[in-house]
Amino acid sequence: MPKPKIGIYWCASCGGCEEAVVDLAEDILGVVEAVDIVLWPVAMDFKKKDVQAMPDQSIVATLINGAIRTSEQEEMAHLLRRKSQFIIAYGACAHLGGIPGLANQFPREQLLKFVYEDSPSTANEARTHPCSAHQNNGHRVTLPEFRNVVRALDQVVDVDYYIPGCPPTPKITKAAIGAILESRLPPKGSVLAPDIALCDECPRKATKPTNVSFTEFKRPHLTQLDPELCFLAQGLVCMGPATRGGCEAACTCGNMPCTGCFGPTSRVRDQGAKILSSLCANVASKDEKEIRKIESGIPDPVGTFYRYGLAKSLLRRKVDLPVSTSEPS
Amino acid sequence: MNMIGSPSKEAGAKPLLGAAWQPRLVAFFCNWCTYTAADLAGVSRLKYASNVRVIRLMCSGRVDPQFILDALARGADGVLIGGCHLGDCHYVEGNYKTLRRFTLLKRMLADLGVEDQRVRMEWISASEGERVKTVINEMVEQVRALGPLNLPGRFADWDREVAALEVDMRESERGAKREEAEVAHA
Repeated sequence: MPKPKIGIYWCASCGGCEEAVVDLAEDILGVVEAVDIVLWPVAMDFKKKDVQAMPDQSIVATLINGAIRTSEQEEMAHLLRRKSQFIIAYGACAHLGGIPGLANQFPREQLLKFVYEDSPSTANEARTHPCSAHQNNGHRVTLPEFRNVVRALDQVVDVDYYIPGCPPTPKITKAAIGAILESRLPPKGSVLAPDIALCDECPRKATKPTNVSFTEFKRPHLTQLDPELCFLAQGLVCMGPATRGGCEAACTCGNMPCTGCFGPTSRVRDQGAKILSSLCANVASKDEKEIRKIESGIPDPVGTFYRYGLAKSLLRRKVDLPVSTSEPS
Repeated sequence: MNMIGSPSKEAGAKPLLGAAWQPRLVAFFCNWCTYTAADLAGVSRLKYASNVRVIRLMCSGRVDPQFILDALARGADGVLIGGCHLGDCHYVEGNYKTLRRFTLLKRMLADLGVEDQRVRMEWISASEGERVKTVINEMVEQVRALGPLNLPGRFADWDREVAALEVDMRESERGAKREEAEVAHA
């Protein structure tokens, strides 16, 4: 019997998810023994044409990491959807939009202008911007179109399963690949990680007070952090209560509060609104001015509560941004 | 949480603009004070704008910020939250939790481009039927002046840039195959 075929593809991502696959270490040999990797641009030489030549549904599962920002990423997502039996959104960006999703607070033109003209490290005197088509010496050269909106994978194609995390841990990656190969799969659309809040597996759980009470919100880079006490008890924003577990509390074990990369549990639709609800309800004061002052300790609520989830949040994007139909010139 | 009918159909692709458009507000009223006040407004035969859909909850502290975002995302033009005056909460502390959540939620909504007047919180006691009328009428006029929020329509607008691609792809791929076949025959 031929080995099942697996694909790994990247879109708008940092490369950390590829690293996470490599982090399987010697276990990757077991994976390679069990499957044929037919597409993995970071490590192997395959072209789009090779994928197009495959029969539809011939790949058992494709893990796609990264958010969808360009027309090329979209096209590959559609193509791989057709060639694969299962599409797995791998990592926070494919699952929720991830860090790139924070760009949904700004118009495309502003981002391009900053990156190609205004950023302190940019040297671009001609003010050249990328454009999707250019005529040179009688040849037409093209680049993918940069979309207005950053999207999670399931906002572009149908997704069968999600492996959460920034990046996913080797443990849940291995468990998920095993589940796919042995057809031990939960209902379609499931996130392949425990469906319980991070606090449940956090070693600091025992020190979490019954009544959390905030007299101020401290910021981790300005605070001497206690290595054992619950971060909420220390007055820090920890996304743990509104975040799915499964990472074995990697960050809180490393003395950093959770930033929410595993996304919400299945009972929560909007992670940011939920953690806002939980933290604010526990502000100690009853006086409006004092409340405002305490909450000013969270200077950027969108960036804090939707660090990985803005693209998949209820509002998706800053709602009054334009959608320019024409290509930036 | 299908609280305002099926807005995807009603307010979906075509925004209702101009004379046809009427503001739609969702109001979350607490059982003990503001809902009772709305009842009082009713039995007192006070007339107020019919643009508001009232949802009764046991306490304004039950208003999960998700409810507010969901109402907006499903086509509401504004959301009103009504609870007992501070110190009068039937559950002692519920409306303080509302106040604390609301304060930061408003700041976050401003960062996400939702106008200030679209989301409002009011303390209205059971005897203040008149106040229900005043607040609703005032808010309806303010939201009318802002115009439709129409998030379902905006979402559809945003996604127009991706809709056509799959069709294009299939066509171009078919075209490519035909070319290849011709080359093979030549």
